[in-house]
Amino acid sequence: MIKTVSRLQNPREWLAFIFVWGTAGFVTATFCWLLGDILWHGLSHISWTFLTAPPENAGRRGGIGPILVSTALILGVCLAVSLPIGIGTAVLLAEFTSNQNLFGRMTRRSLDVLAGVPSIVFGLFGNVFFCKTLGLGFSILSGGLTLACMVLPILIRSTEEGFRAVPASYRLSAAALGLSHTTTLVHLLLPAAIPGLLVGLVLGVGRAIAETAALIFTSGYVDRMPESLLDSGRALSIHIFDLSMNVSGGDANAYASALVLVVLLLLINGTASWLATYGLHRKIVTV
Amino acid sequence: MTPLKPLAGLDPQHLLNKKSTYCNPHSFVDVDRLSLHYGEKSAFRDVTLSINKGCITALVGPSGCGKTSFLTCLNRLTDLTAGCHVSGRIMIGTIDVLAHGTNVIQLRRRIGMIFQKPNPFPLSIRRNLEFPLREHGMRDRAQLGTAIETSLRDVGLWDEVKDRLDSPALALSGGQQQRLCIARSLALSPEMLLMDEPCSALDPLSSGVVEDLIISLRGRYTILIVTHNLAQARRISDYAALFWVQNGAGQLVEAGPATQIFEEPRDPLTIAYVNGMRG
Repeated sequence: MIKTVSRLQNPREWLAFIFVWGTAGFVTATFCWLLGDILWHGLSHISWTFLTAPPENAGRRGGIGPILVSTALILGVCLAVSLPIGIGTAVLLAEFTSNQNLFGRMTRRSLDVLAGVPSIVFGLFGNVFFCKTLGLGFSILSGGLTLACMVLPILIRSTEEGFRAVPASYRLSAAALGLSHTTTLVHLLLPAAIPGLLVGLVLGVGRAIAETAALIFTSGYVDRMPESLLDSGRALSIHIFDLSMNVSGGDANAYASALVLVVLLLLINGTASWLATYGLHRKIVTV
Repeated sequence: MTPLKPLAGLDPQHLLNKKSTYCNPHSFVDVDRLSLHYGEKSAFRDVTLSINKGCITALVGPSGCGKTSFLTCLNRLTDLTAGCHVSGRIMIGTIDVLAHGTNVIQLRRRIGMIFQKPNPFPLSIRRNLEFPLREHGMRDRAQLGTAIETSLRDVGLWDEVKDRLDSPALALSGGQQQRLCIARSLALSPEMLLMDEPCSALDPLSSGVVEDLIISLRGRYTILIVTHNLAQARRISDYAALFWVQNGAGQLVEAGPATQIFEEPRDPLTIAYVNGMRG
């Protein structure tokens, strides 16, 4: 019979135990502290008026109505551009180029490098290319397009992984039934790859909605209600940055805005996992 | 096409006695000097074989002698493998399989394939059958319903699943999944079925059910089945062919009527193999 020895009798086990639990506890505690701090300072300022009213006195008073609208528009432009390009490229990489293919390898390598490029570089690129060369100026459109460039590498790589995770037997049995490549792709592989796509989307949107550096140089600072996509618009993260760094006495509204941003992020994450389980994934029924 | 009686009503012994009744000694597939290479590596070389219409032909032999690769040449599934090169000639009816202009989609519709591991799509039972039918142009709801019922009855699955057609196919047992895959192929009204060890991933009971099903399909379809199970090959086949690795590549050693291969083999390798002394 094997004698059960408590793992913690060995001092080395103790060290490992303390290290593993300590680091995990530290990470969790940091997040809780941040969230608690934002809730503590921000929650009392949240009201319907705050969410809808325009900012007054450089944001010290009033609300964040136009800023929420600008943020949504920037995000909308970003998704409208990056989703089709992202899925298209992922399909090309996963289904039409082999691992040995030079073009595929170069594309993957470029995407991996792009995914690690600091956002300020994307911001300056967007300023030069979208604002100046294409003449879009400081606008929601420029901001959204710049964010799309930033999000695409993450979105493409994780969607590609989603496609690669689909068992090869689906492709073989579909081909053996005389189904065309396109049919197999649209009806079988795409639905099965949706979890990977959603992961990429959550990571990408999370990065985009919290982005400051790339937007300062492209979508601008203007906190008025935007009238078109060519108007400048202030994103939520820039508003927080501005209130806390440049506006004395703006802390209370900065906290409240940060709380709105965190709640938005959690909502997006929640919606994506709900979609992965019940919504878009419904066509594919697994046990 | 009249639906077959459900499997439950069939007596396997009765089926065995009927062996070769439907089997027609007219060649349906003619393979001439077929070779297949994966890059530098040769899978099999110079295989010449005729497969008779409506009969069950078993491909037997040890692992790695190119039986499965041979199967995938017949429906051009080899096209999906990068670096795979096929030479020789395959005629199925009037179709020149390896010719450039051959419509592969139509070819695969006429030649169904069943894999070793049951591989239903992660869809409902109904959608598994409906999806390929729709893709091949059947849109009418009533027609689809009839085709689904007929093919499920053909594989003896109708009574087991008729009340849960919309539940996931992957929730079925292994044997049921394999029969669903056979039904999925039959729904497209193929002329020939390629089966790659269809029973080897199943438990003995399910394996028996699938084996009876294969026997019941004799006569209506030309069946080419790869099997490692010699006893099974002996039970079900009308014709048999032995593959063996010689000089680094699979080769066809002996082919002929099952009685000849299993009772009076001529080649020394076949004699050793069927008597269990080799392989």
